[in-house]
Amino acid sequence: MSFVTNLTLFVLAAFVGYEIITKIPTNLHTPLMSGANAISGITLLGSVVVAGSGSSTLATVLGFVAVVMATINVVGGYLVSHFMLSEFSRGER
Amino acid sequence: MSGILAELLPPQTLELTYLVAGILFIQGLRDMTHPRTATRGNLISSAAMFLAVVVTILWFEILSPAVLAAGLLVGGAIGAGLAVSVETTEMPQLVGLFNGFGGGASAVVAGAELIDVLADGSSLSAELTTTAAIAGIIGSVTFSGSFVAAGKLHGLVGDSPVSANLGHLLKTVFLLTALGAGLFLVIQTAVLGQEPLADWVPVYWLLVTASLLLGVALVVPIGGADMPVVIALLNSYSGLAAATTGFVLDNSALIIAGTLVGASGMILTVIMCESMNRSLTNVFFGGLGTDDGDGDDTDDIYEGNITETSPEEVVMLLETANRVVIVPGYGMAVAQAQHAVAELVELLDEHGVDVEFGIHPVAGRMPGHMNALLAEADVPYDKMRELEEVNPTFSQTDLVIVTGANDVVNPRANEDDSSPISGMPILNVDEARHVVVNKRSLSHGFAGIANPLFAQDNTSMLFGDAKESMQELVNQYKEATN
Repeated sequence: MSFVTNLTLFVLAAFVGYEIITKIPTNLHTPLMSGANAISGITLLGSVVVAGSGSSTLATVLGFVAVVMATINVVGGYLVSHFMLSEFSRGER
Repeated sequence: MSGILAELLPPQTLELTYLVAGILFIQGLRDMTHPRTATRGNLISSAAMFLAVVVTILWFEILSPAVLAAGLLVGGAIGAGLAVSVETTEMPQLVGLFNGFGGGASAVVAGAELIDVLADGSSLSAELTTTAAIAGIIGSVTFSGSFVAAGKLHGLVGDSPVSANLGHLLKTVFLLTALGAGLFLVIQTAVLGQEPLADWVPVYWLLVTASLLLGVALVVPIGGADMPVVIALLNSYSGLAAATTGFVLDNSALIIAGTLVGASGMILTVIMCESMNRSLTNVFFGGLGTDDGDGDDTDDIYEGNITETSPEEVVMLLETANRVVIVPGYGMAVAQAQHAVAELVELLDEHGVDVEFGIHPVAGRMPGHMNALLAEADVPYDKMRELEEVNPTFSQTDLVIVTGANDVVNPRANEDDSSPISGMPILNVDEARHVVVNKRSLSHGFAGIANPLFAQDNTSMLFGDAKESMQELVNQYKEATN
């Protein structure tokens, strides 16, 4: 893909993000943040490829470190949001 | 260079999977707009992540599966362990910590990808080095900044040991070093084409080191009440780091997901700044609350004007009140008083009192902090009112109980042009018939100024720890109404 295609995705995603997130009520800002936080762990996709490709020892070590950090972010982020949100839906009853 | 799925499926499948993941991320966020669907939204989002990761692993040839599996297991165990063991009151630092890991991973991946490209013998393009330098800087700042923020929230990191001016100088030096190293990478590659690895790697590490130091220097001087801004901004940065890493790797899933997070964090940052009537620059470079010397003239207003009250008297007010608003602040979180407060609200509700919470956007240490705490204590979310909703109702409110909040109810924000909080939107609790302020002492809030509300005729002070005071109110109210 070209740089311009990537830039197109970036700009459009920014607009979509803006439209959706301005509609999220203050009540849910903390779970939104930890949920969004987990999404930023998407960098795990890159980490996985780098860690697995093993083209050099340095890249493999860096890849391993990146996989660990990104997985903490993903797993922890989603779990924390889930716990918090189940408290919110309990409060609604 | 291909794995099992790449041999079985047409080449577009990976990109299509990323498109599906992107759509699911967006739908997940859309579901977050309502508490009823929010849990589902989070599940959809996590399913998207799972799909993208599994397909990616099976798509590419994995030369060292043991390394990958070990990384996933270690990371998963640490993440799950932290999520399960942490108390709700420690949530801000945990969210900060997770932010840091995401940002750090992005910085490392961008660097590793460049090393990979060089090892392959292919040449670096200017786009690749530019985006890698940006990902390196943002990711590293996020990493160290988040750890410092989490440390400060956890009480492990103190205030800045250096003066504000030296701090500004250090920030400038670190920023220029990081930008210089980034520029050097880009120009060297553009002029010389393929840079030998040995020359290239130290420059990238210089960039990372300078950015790490920059993150520390930026966050260390920032005080507690400004933390919601910092946490929201670092949240945004962790997304932007992932998005720029997406440019480096040419990966659409990273760009879409990272940008969504970047937008989300940026909106929260703007909301937090507006709620304090301060600019982002002011939060990061201003020195609010650092000057304790101006207490003399303002503290005079307390002289002879403070009415102290007791739980008994507050209960008498509660018994006759038709409408009660409770304003929580960070003090409630520190004292872990949310369960006692929730119990009081439930009791009042049972006795037909119209009772609600008035929640200031920057109350606490992260966006929505009070709401998350109260939800944990089973407070129905329709009882939590935002500033704009609750402000018009104070004139018809019989009693406001402020617990653990100070600056967000300081009327000087409306009146005085010279105070640090001037122009900040506040909860106008002074319009209510009675105000009871539960606080441990008359000490200043984060802004470091006296609060004329405490000296008002219709205000009385209920001194004491938030949890003990609220529990006492619950007990006395139970006795009185039985």
